[in-house]
Amino acid sequence: MHPAPSVIFFTTFSGLGFGLLFFLGLGFPAVTGWTAFAFFAIAYVMAVGGLMASTFHLGRPERAIKAFTQWRSSWLSREAWCAVGALMLMGLYGLGLVFFDSRWTAFGILGAGLSMATVFTTSMIYTQLKTIPRWNMKLTPLKFMSLSLAGGALLAGQVDAALVLLVIAGLVQLYAWVEGDKAFAGSGTDMASATGLGGIGKVRAFEPPHTGTNYLLCEFVHVIGRKHSQKLRVIALGLMTIVPIILLALPFSHIVGVLAIASHIAGVLTARWLFFAEAEHVVGLYYGKR
Amino acid sequence: MTTLPAKTEKKLGLVIDLDTCVGCHACVISCKGWNTENYGAPLSDQNAYGADNSGTFLNRVHSFEVQPEAADAAAQLIHFPKSCLHCEDAPCVTVCPTGASYKRVEDGIVLVNESDCIGCGLCAWACPYGARELDQAEGVMKKCTLCVDRIYNENLPEEDRQPACVRTCPAGARHFGDLGDENSEVSKLVAERGGMDLMPEQGTKPVNKYLPPRPKDEMPEFDVLAPFLEPVAEEPKGFLGWLDKTLEKL
Repeated sequence: MHPAPSVIFFTTFSGLGFGLLFFLGLGFPAVTGWTAFAFFAIAYVMAVGGLMASTFHLGRPERAIKAFTQWRSSWLSREAWCAVGALMLMGLYGLGLVFFDSRWTAFGILGAGLSMATVFTTSMIYTQLKTIPRWNMKLTPLKFMSLSLAGGALLAGQVDAALVLLVIAGLVQLYAWVEGDKAFAGSGTDMASATGLGGIGKVRAFEPPHTGTNYLLCEFVHVIGRKHSQKLRVIALGLMTIVPIILLALPFSHIVGVLAIASHIAGVLTARWLFFAEAEHVVGLYYGKR
Repeated sequence: MTTLPAKTEKKLGLVIDLDTCVGCHACVISCKGWNTENYGAPLSDQNAYGADNSGTFLNRVHSFEVQPEAADAAAQLIHFPKSCLHCEDAPCVTVCPTGASYKRVEDGIVLVNESDCIGCGLCAWACPYGARELDQAEGVMKKCTLCVDRIYNENLPEEDRQPACVRTCPAGARHFGDLGDENSEVSKLVAERGGMDLMPEQGTKPVNKYLPPRPKDEMPEFDVLAPFLEPVAEEPKGFLGWLDKTLEKL
């Protein structure tokens, strides 16, 4: 799959933003006044910024409002509802904390639930696709949510929770890579089933339908950078989990905290780039490519 | 609404004969010609006369080489037209967040309402067949409409009321009809020739069927003239025989 920057930024930062909102909604840290304002501002910049970035890959962003209509069947539509619901409830909750010095717990808990629901619905957009075997597994939502919680804990300054969640997120990511590498072969889709010609013999793509490229090849058959995938996995896992864990184990200071967050974000961005770049769509089989 | 209908009254679709297709790409051109001038946004090209050209097509013809397992069997070349299969369980429809993609109850055709499409591309991600292409000029998703503006069009002569690709195919490799009616010509053809689904394991239940290539003829041994023809000597004789033996010994 083509690793579009807009979608990488969207999933990374909305995951972090909603992860932070989850912890704020549950009252960790129990901040009020301007400190609360700072925390909420960071969460909203990330969550809303991520959502805005996601509209950049639309062909017709001016009609984005229509994406709210199909919540019955479409995970993308459900994501839109959850995101707006979470942002509104957490906005009210934040309003109480910042300006009235009062904790409206119900809004906080509901907002926290919807924040995680947003991350879940985002992950389901990818998980539901049978055409991309690497994504079509239960580990995908687990990975998105564990990473969002780990990043949220890190941003919320919950060191103990962050240590545990970073380890979990790292392990889930490792397992997702191991399982993902076997997914395409395990899906049962190959050139024989794609063409229905496997009964005659071994099928090979002889001539593509066109001399140039096309939307399908640009969008679904991205092979650049895959050769470095093993190195990038080590870099992603190191920056995303190992470096922050080491930094958090040091005596706490704000500089160390900021460094841990920066490293984590760089790691998640790398892992998310791989998430797209390594994903293979079955349509590539018609072109004899993966 | 992007939920799928439980049942459609008809299952209009194509039957494509892989035995007959000669790979001339006439269906590709007639499809682009009709659909760029009629229903919906035109099918744009990018950099059409430059080095790096691309464009939107609703129908494309691949060519595959198939090598049978038997050692002496010749490879076969199979031309393979591919367009939307108007699946019964169309994953492209249910993922659509806006309701732009839908499957018609009356005939089962999968269409895009372009004025509702936000161009998110998720339906193209969900389609295993590469049947949907996002038009780069218009920013909306394009796909085969089964020439919905031809097949019911009473302004056209009756023989033209079929998809442009079917009407134009010079080899008669494309057939159009109701695959939900077991007595239709296309259904009979599928039953007779063992029509197949592409990627059945994806669970899309495609309406369009592909007729597999017929087994190759085997040339029978002619023995009418055989008595008059001495078999060619297997073992070399004379000078060549001497050379062969000498070279063997070296």
